[in-house]
This record gives sequence, structure tokens and C-alpha cells, in this order.
Amino acid sequence: MSLLLEIVTPEKLAYRDQVDEVVVPGIDGQLGILPHHAPLLTVLGVGELHIRKGGDDEYFAIAGGFLQVRPDKVVVMAETADMASEIDLERAEQARRDAEKALSSTYVEPADMAAARAALERALLRIRVAERRQHEGPRRRG
Amino acid sequence: MASQRDIRRRIGAVRNIKQITRAMQFVAASKLKRAQDATLAARPYSDKIDEVIADLAQVLSGDDHPLFTKREDGRRLIVFITTDRGLAGPLNTNAIRFALREIVEHGEAGGELSLVTVGRKGRDAMRRAKLPVEAHFSGFGDRPTFADVTALARLVTDDFLGGDYNRVDVIYTRFVSTLVQRPTMDQLLPMEPHEDTIGIPGNQFIFEPSPTAVLQQLLPRYIATRLYQAVLENTASEWSSKMIAMKNATESAEELIDDLTLSYNKVRQANITREMIEIASGASAR
Repeated sequence: MSLLLEIVTPEKLAYRDQVDEVVVPGIDGQLGILPHHAPLLTVLGVGELHIRKGGDDEYFAIAGGFLQVRPDKVVVMAETADMASEIDLERAEQARRDAEKALSSTYVEPADMAAARAALERALLRIRVAERRQHEGPRRRG
Repeated sequence: MASQRDIRRRIGAVRNIKQITRAMQFVAASKLKRAQDATLAARPYSDKIDEVIADLAQVLSGDDHPLFTKREDGRRLIVFITTDRGLAGPLNTNAIRFALREIVEHGEAGGELSLVTVGRKGRDAMRRAKLPVEAHFSGFGDRPTFADVTALARLVTDDFLGGDYNRVDVIYTRFVSTLVQRPTMDQLLPMEPHEDTIGIPGNQFIFEPSPTAVLQQLLPRYIATRLYQAVLENTASEWSSKMIAMKNATESAEELIDDLTLSYNKVRQANITREMIEIASGASAR
């Protein structure tokens, strides 16, 4: 038994496949979705999305998202969704440094402050997801 | 009549222009392709958002929610999208005429109006028309990203929720086909939810934490998505209009080269004939 998972971002359809289970970062903690879940519409937090498919695992770093569970499929709408294997560590580190610098300067406009915080959160998440994958060594490909 | 050398120089100049316009035509064609791809790639997300809004509208029973109801007080906001650069044929002129007509008609109705522009051309035209521009965004470039429009979306959302506006519209140039681009106005707020025809009715969903909370999170993204789409459509229109304009320019240059070559040959022939006559008359005079 499997479920159809779609991950869409404003810029593209990031993922679409039959999977066994998906664990998403809900706003109040991890949320695991198995086939035949009741219809659900919820807000997601910034975090790691874990896809279980046969013996293989896929990870995405997602931010600013929603989850919609329908009888026929599960849809994740996220502002950003990066597959762990495609995260550019260098760029994420750079983004983290930029955000930290912006936060540490003497005067920051409140709006810029919020943007920098959000950027920092995303950068840290990307780094965490990417590093975790790399420690596990080369992943199997289904 | 112009001298032989003058005409030859003009032919050279026109040929150079033709090379440039032809190059611009090909650049525009490839950028158009990319802009079209981006527009298509953005569609699944915006379809999803529309679907979720439709589900939410059912649950929140439209009538009393501020996002779905028309208010009487407050001003109307128009977000006007044009390109940063010119050389795009009649694209911006048409969009500006369309926007001004909308503004004038609305002005007669006696309501107040605010303007936010995206793209330099629109801002310059509104300034010339002595219309105050509340905010301006530009420099989205050839490949606008979702992040480019989030600041604009936040501004629109915050001011709407703050009660400044009773209605928000976006004016942009819709990409119909490579040959047809049409200035269009879409209403952003209050929301007009689509018919909920996809999937299951909204009231069968469990909303976590609550429908209102989901809507609150969704709203800025919905606005950003609609604006992003308008910007993408406008970009696709820009490149296709530019491509056509440059194609026409290249063809005109070719025609001009033909005409100039003809007059060059005429002048050359006239010169030869004159010289022949001079030689002949010189010989017979001896």
C-alpha cells in the first residue's frame, strides 16, 4: 500500500512519486502520514521532511509550507523545498554568515530583522539536513 | 542626389543595425522560452493554493470573513506591472493606456485610489501623469523569483488587513500567445474563491490548528503567488513583444537595404553613363 506524494513550490513541482510514508514538520512537532489518513489541511513549520519509500529514504529541507491530505494524494505546498542531496553546503554556509552579519549590525529595520531571522533559520536547517545526509554516506537510489 | 559613397555608408550602417536587431530577436526568443517554462512551472502551486482557498471559503462561510467580503470604506489599491526596459514594441504603451483609463474611470466614481508600481516604465508614466505612486519595485530581471515578490506581497497584505484598502487589483500584460499580449486587470482582494470542484468538499477536512489560522498563514502566500504569476506573465509578454518588435525591425532593415542598394546601383549607372558621354563627346570634339 502506498500513497501519492506531491511537493510543490511556487517555482516548480519539486517531487511527485508513490511513497510508503511521509513525515512532515508540523507546527506542533513531527507528523507522520500513512496511506488512508483522514483528510487534513495544516500549517507546516520549518524543518526536515522525511520520505520513506521501500528501503529508500529521501529528505527535504522545507520552509513556509502547508500540508493537504486528500483521499487520492498528499500534497505539500512549501515556499522552499530542497532535496538533501541537492543542497549546496557552501551556499547555505554563506547564507548563514550573511544572515548572522545582518542580525549583528547595530541598527536593523524590524522588517529586515524578521527577514534575516527567517533566512538564518532556513540556512541552519539546510546545513543540518545536508550534513546529516553526508554522514550517512552514499545513499541508495531506488 | 546622394553620392555613391554616402549611399554605401548608409547601407553599411543599416546592415549593422540589422545585425543588432537580429541578435536581439534571438536573445528575446530564448528568454521567452525560459519565461514560458517558468510560468508553466509555477502553475501547480497556484492551482493548489486556489483549491485550498476554495475549501477554506466553504468552511468559513464567505459572508462574514473580511477577506471574502466587500467593504465600503477605505481606498482602492492598484498594483501596476510593467517592464523595466523599453524596446518592447507597444507592450508598455498599451498597458499604460489601459491603466490610465481604469484610473480615470474610477476617479469619476469619486473613490480614492493608491498606486504601487512594478517596473520602471509604469512608474515613469504615472509620474508624468502626475499620479502619486505609493511604492515602487523594480529590478526583477529576466528571471523573477518568488522571493522578489514577497516584499510587495507583504506590503499589500498588511495594508489590506490594516483596513487601508477595500479592494486590491493587479494590472499586467497577460501572455495570450506569441503574437497576442493583452493588458489585463485581476482582482486580488477581497478574494473571489473558485468553485470547489476538485477533490472533496472543504467541510470534510480537518484543519490544524483551525481554518482561520490556516487562512492567516495562507493569505500572504496567496497574494504572493498571484503577484508572482502576474510578474511571470508580464515577463513572458515582454520577451515575446520584444521578439516581434525586433523581428519587424530586422525586416524593415532588410527592406531599407534593398531600397538603398537599388538607388546605389542607379547612381552608379548614372555616373558610368555620364562618364561615357563625356568620353564620347570629348572624342568627337577633337
